[in-house]
Amino acid sequence: MPSTPAPTGAPAGSHWEELVTVALLGTTRRTPPGVTAGRDAPTALLDAAAMETVRRRAGMRPGRAAARVEPAAEDSRPALPPAAARRLTMLLADRPGAGSGGRRGTAPDLMELLPQWLATANRHGYAAPPQALPALLDAARGRTDIRPAVLAFAGPRALWLARLNTDWRFALRAAPGGGAVLPGPEEPERIRALWEEGLFAERVALLAAVRARDAAAARDLLATTWASERAEDRLMFLDSLRTGLGAADEPFLEGALADRSRNVRATAAELLSALPGSALAGRMAERAGSCVAIDHTRGTPTIAVEAPHECDPGMERDGVVSKAPAGRGERSWWLGQLVESAPLGTWSRRLGGRTPEEIVALPVADDWRDELHAAWCRAAVRQGDPSWSRALLGTSAAPEAGGPGAVSLAERAKLLGTLGAGERAEWVAGFIAVHGLSEAFQLLGVCAVPWAGPLGRAVVDALNIARDAGSYPWSFSGVMGLAERCLDPAEAVRLEALTAVPDESENAAPGAGGYWAESFQRLVTTLRLRAAIQTELTEP
Amino acid sequence: MTQQGVRWTADQVLALAPDTASRKAGSKLGAAGPWSEAGSSDEGAVWGLCRGSGSKPYRTVIDIADSTGPAYKCSCPSRKFPCKHALGLLLLWSGEDGAVPRGQVPDWANEWIEGRRKRADDKRAEGAAGSSPAADPEAARRRAERRAEWITTGASELEQRLTDLLRGGLASAEQAGYGLWEETAARMVDAQAPGLAARVRELGAIPSSGPGWPVRLLEECALLHLLDQGWLRRAALPEGLAATVRSRIGLPGSADGPPVRDRWLVLAQYDTADSRLTTRRVWLHGAESGRTALLLSYGAAGRAPELSLPVGLTLDAEVSAYPGAGQLRGALGERFAAPAPTGFRPPGVDVARAVARYGEALRDDPWLESRPVTLARVVPTPDGDDWQLADADGELALPLTPAARSRSGLWRLVALSGGAPVTVFGECGHRGFSPLTAWPEGPGEAVTLC
Repeated sequence: MPSTPAPTGAPAGSHWEELVTVALLGTTRRTPPGVTAGRDAPTALLDAAAMETVRRRAGMRPGRAAARVEPAAEDSRPALPPAAARRLTMLLADRPGAGSGGRRGTAPDLMELLPQWLATANRHGYAAPPQALPALLDAARGRTDIRPAVLAFAGPRALWLARLNTDWRFALRAAPGGGAVLPGPEEPERIRALWEEGLFAERVALLAAVRARDAAAARDLLATTWASERAEDRLMFLDSLRTGLGAADEPFLEGALADRSRNVRATAAELLSALPGSALAGRMAERAGSCVAIDHTRGTPTIAVEAPHECDPGMERDGVVSKAPAGRGERSWWLGQLVESAPLGTWSRRLGGRTPEEIVALPVADDWRDELHAAWCRAAVRQGDPSWSRALLGTSAAPEAGGPGAVSLAERAKLLGTLGAGERAEWVAGFIAVHGLSEAFQLLGVCAVPWAGPLGRAVVDALNIARDAGSYPWSFSGVMGLAERCLDPAEAVRLEALTAVPDESENAAPGAGGYWAESFQRLVTTLRLRAAIQTELTEP
Repeated sequence: MTQQGVRWTADQVLALAPDTASRKAGSKLGAAGPWSEAGSSDEGAVWGLCRGSGSKPYRTVIDIADSTGPAYKCSCPSRKFPCKHALGLLLLWSGEDGAVPRGQVPDWANEWIEGRRKRADDKRAEGAAGSSPAADPEAARRRAERRAEWITTGASELEQRLTDLLRGGLASAEQAGYGLWEETAARMVDAQAPGLAARVRELGAIPSSGPGWPVRLLEECALLHLLDQGWLRRAALPEGLAATVRSRIGLPGSADGPPVRDRWLVLAQYDTADSRLTTRRVWLHGAESGRTALLLSYGAAGRAPELSLPVGLTLDAEVSAYPGAGQLRGALGERFAAPAPTGFRPPGVDVARAVARYGEALRDDPWLESRPVTLARVVPTPDGDDWQLADADGELALPLTPAARSRSGLWRLVALSGGAPVTVFGECGHRGFSPLTAWPEGPGEAVTLC
């Protein structure tokens, strides 16, 4: 009974109670109230109960309103264009779980397009349609990778909702202070209070926010409580200094080199080594330089390596880990760490003014080449040095680029990350043209989306070659999936020709032609859909 | 048909899907990729060829202007209705501009559409000319009398069961379990009283339905007794109430009320299913007449019912009422145009008025579980573990029914409101309020909650 029955005098309620009691026990044990002679008791009871039931229902009244919820904060962003709102409904209707199993058919994976859709919508600064918020939050609950984009798009109302439904608590965790707005620079006492009394997650978020705004202020804030923080918290806080790292951070980081915790020391050393002008970088350059020299006694200039003979306390204090992992010689282990932490600018001075390309091309005596090049790779990634990255990558068409060489594919992918988007795409396109797709997946993952023209063409051509070579498309499903998400939608036209089922050639795998046509159809459909999504989100 | 003005939304199209798997499969086909030669005509036909895994593409046609709801035909082997191709084509048509251009209906599609419409016209003409000439009124009268005798026998037997139950006490019903009621329900089916059978079956489920079951069982037994008595004494009842009793017993009525032409706004559409049957309810609201009408459509287990209307659009059509006092059920007659978008919203009342209306409706139909109503300016408000709709400008509130609290639509409603007033259409009854469709305060489309 949701509401109170009409108060038609006290007996009404009690009369009904009485009827229920009699009905439970049965009329053989109890006589119902007001039974007139000549009527049998059960019928009289049913008559009275029918009367009472309809009366109670007809006399219902609304209840009192509970305490009102504070309304959600205003979202001043413009509403989505109607077509884009409809598209969002469709993307969200494509929930995982009810899949058709292994074969993917010709239909696009709509859920896979959601991240792109969200990124575009966020770029335009649209507000989410309120009624779509539950489905968006459910999607983000299952997929942590899209959470930041979903929460940005979903806006303040999503946090308001998350406070009412425990399934969506993750949204509050992601937003410090349960969605409370972080204090701004004009509220120093609020910043101070949150820093001193906040939960760990709130403090991490606060520090990150302040650091993004004012690097020095964040460092000063951290310094106020540094000594009293727990070791694992110090590690997290120190890590937040990566953002906006600069020469001014050096004294603080130098202090952290003496920290009680080894992890904190190592992180401080790593950060200092990324500052080429720092004293630590200088010490490392000194140490590494003393191990590497040009040997002119041979026919051609050759790099000679003299690995360190010991790991002294000074090296340890600067973050060098003295104990080598199992199976590694300790001298080469120390050398790798020194070279990795030395500013790359050291080498040109040390090795006769040569350019990075010339240095990388020099022969290395006594099998030290792989060790040395691998350390330079780590240094180039850590210091974000494109000219060294370029030199270490070499030309993508070189046979050793396809591995195995001194530089692994994973390291190549990281090196590519230091180059500009155009150059990166060009290098990977060249790589695919020579080495095909089987090794390219990791490299494609670091390229900017949508893929530049030459890269897209290289991928499509390579897929085409793979088809003609008679393999099955699922051997390339990883690259296919990437292509669906990353190819420039304008490429759809060029792909049209590939969607037909080709005649089976002699050496092809049976039925492969049909599967390839299906895969290409899905690719084209997905590209069209992505083009439509872009249009829908940009229309006025 | 493809002017921006009368497109449906993706939500409206997806609501046609017979199940979740079809929704998903249809969504995937809602892009231009697999489609070729797609087009639409001003008369409400949409067609296209969909490439599947075979060599021949499937031919899909939809007639959205048909008088009984969209009709579909597809050459695919799927037993789902509508199939994923029909859903995908409608999504394509509702979505991108130019994906389904206007054009001449191709022959293969036209043949089917013409055939359908001709059959429908023939049927209407038949209906207008009175019942089919083969029917023998005398034989029909004899059949009706015989059936009434069976029902009387069944109702008397049921009365006997109820009095036996109350003599022994409801506490014993808990031990008796489901079998006793199943058997009685079967007897009612034999007596050709499906309405009684359905109520008896529900009785069987009450003892295991959690705390407070004796109260609910007594209420349901009493209302069943009231219905039996209504039937046994139907000759003494006023005609309206007698008609209500007949329809509650499960006798087929016919919508013989005068057809009312109006712009009917489709307020809500939802399905309830048991193992045998899917029942679809569609609520309409006449913009001019102000009347609310209920359309019912049935599908055998596993198939979507035929009738499907897009929520939030209006329909220029005729609706005829079924007999019975306070009866809202109607039958959809001729449609004069395809459904079109509208800015119209049903006028709403406050929660006190909504509850009072249900109470008043019980006078005509004491068996009524709930009454459709639109609440204006209410705010969904949490009340402990429950939810209520509270007047934005007052202190009164209606609790949501237990079923509504566990539907995902609840969260769509809460999100739409964001703590601000909304307009909500739903069913208001003795269990509380069951929200079905909502509109934001400002401009905005109808949001379905079921």
